[in-house]
This record gives sequence, C-alpha cells and structure tokens, in this order.
Amino acid sequence: MPRSITPFLWLLFSAGGTVAALLFPIHILLTGLAVPLGWVNAPSYESVLGLVRNPVARLYLFVFVSLPLFHWAHRFRYTLYDGLQVKHLTALIVVFCYGTALAGTVMAAYLLWTIP
Amino acid sequence: MSAEAHYTPYHPRWYRRRVSVWWWLQNRAYAGFVLRELTSVFVAFFAGVTLWQLRTLAQGPDAYARFLACLGTPLFVALHAVAFLFVLFHSITWFNLAPKAVVVRLSGKRVPDWVVVGLNYAAWLVLSGAVALIVLRGR
Repeated sequence: MPRSITPFLWLLFSAGGTVAALLFPIHILLTGLAVPLGWVNAPSYESVLGLVRNPVARLYLFVFVSLPLFHWAHRFRYTLYDGLQVKHLTALIVVFCYGTALAGTVMAAYLLWTIP
Repeated sequence: MSAEAHYTPYHPRWYRRRVSVWWWLQNRAYAGFVLRELTSVFVAFFAGVTLWQLRTLAQGPDAYARFLACLGTPLFVALHAVAFLFVLFHSITWFNLAPKAVVVRLSGKRVPDWVVVGLNYAAWLVLSGAVALIVLRGR
C-alpha cells in the first residue's frame, strides 16, 4: 500500500463511518424491520421509484452506499489483520476489501445512472 | 547421524508465543474493541441490501415485490435485527469518540467534548426523523 494514499483511505473511512452512524440505523429499522414486520405500510413501488428519480435522492443513495463500503473496507482490513493474525496475506486482503468497496461504488453509480 | 553436533544459532527475535485467535474474549475491553470493529461487517451488509433494492427497483414492479417478500422471510428479519443492534453500537461508539477525532475551536477556545457529542446525537435524531418522514410519506 503506497504511503501517499493512506490519508485518503483514512478520510474515506471516517466519512463513511459518519454516514453509517447517522443514517444506517433508521434505514435498517425502516427497510429491514418496520416494513417487513408490518409496523408501517410498505411504500408502493411507484412512490419509491419516484423518490429515487429525484437527483438529490440519487446523490444521497450514491453516498449512502459508497462511503460506508469504504468504511467497512478499511476497518475490516485491520480486523482481519488483528483478529485472524494473517499479516502475511496483506496484499490479498487489501485487494479483497478495497476491491469490493470499489465494485459496490461502480455498481451504485451504474444503477443510479440507469434507473429510468 | 553425524558425529558433529549441529546447533541452531540462538535467535531471541524468532521466539513468538502463539496468540489464540480468540485473544479478544479474555477481556471485556478487548471484546468491546473487536465487536466495534465487526460492526463494519453489518454496515457492508446493509449497503449490499441497498444495492440489491436499487437493482430490483430498476428491473420493475415484479422484481421489487420479490425483493420485499425476501426481506419478510425470518432469515432476513433476524439478520436485520442483528444488523440494527450492531449499527446502533457503531453509532454510539462513533459519536462518543468524535471529540477525540476532531478538536473544534471557536474563537481560539476548544469546544467542550460534551457539546461535540451532543451535536452529533442531535444531528442523528433530526436526520433519522427526516428520513422516516420522506420514506414513509408516499404510501
């Protein structure tokens, strides 16, 4: 890992951690628990699509997916180092973690760009 | 066997006691640290669920209905319940550490830690309320 991009990765980590801390609990509560368990009525397909068509909502969702994935990549990388003591697999872990985050970011950009 | 004895040179640096993979279970503080690090797995999980939701949204109403049905299965409800608790733990530890990560100064004076923490919790409440209003508005 080149030393020069480490501060940048740390910036992504902390920005993603803040986004996840502020926004993930309410979204998991709504999407993952409140709607499936019938505590609230599920928003209709049309209303969700209408919401996602809004450019501000698209930008929001892009940030919502991408930055927390880089937060995960950075934190999980060190969890693997410390937890499983696999320092010798550094290159593999780095490629897996940041590669997954990058793939998710590209996928989010593609989906948000192509949703009609 | 050779007649001459073969000695390995003494290398004190080479001696490492093996540490168990479960080293963090021996102490509450270590367990808290590792649990906090593991919150990131559930963050990634829900980012993935959101991508899945966007994909089915792009595919049409039928795919989206199947997505919603999938989230209603006991497996996904249980996963989301666990994810919710872990992400809550992430939020609380993140906000409480905020004043240590960012030192805010106003006209040369350091803003007290409790103000920084309080502002984080206030922003959390306001944003959560706004998200709930916007998502649930169009029923």
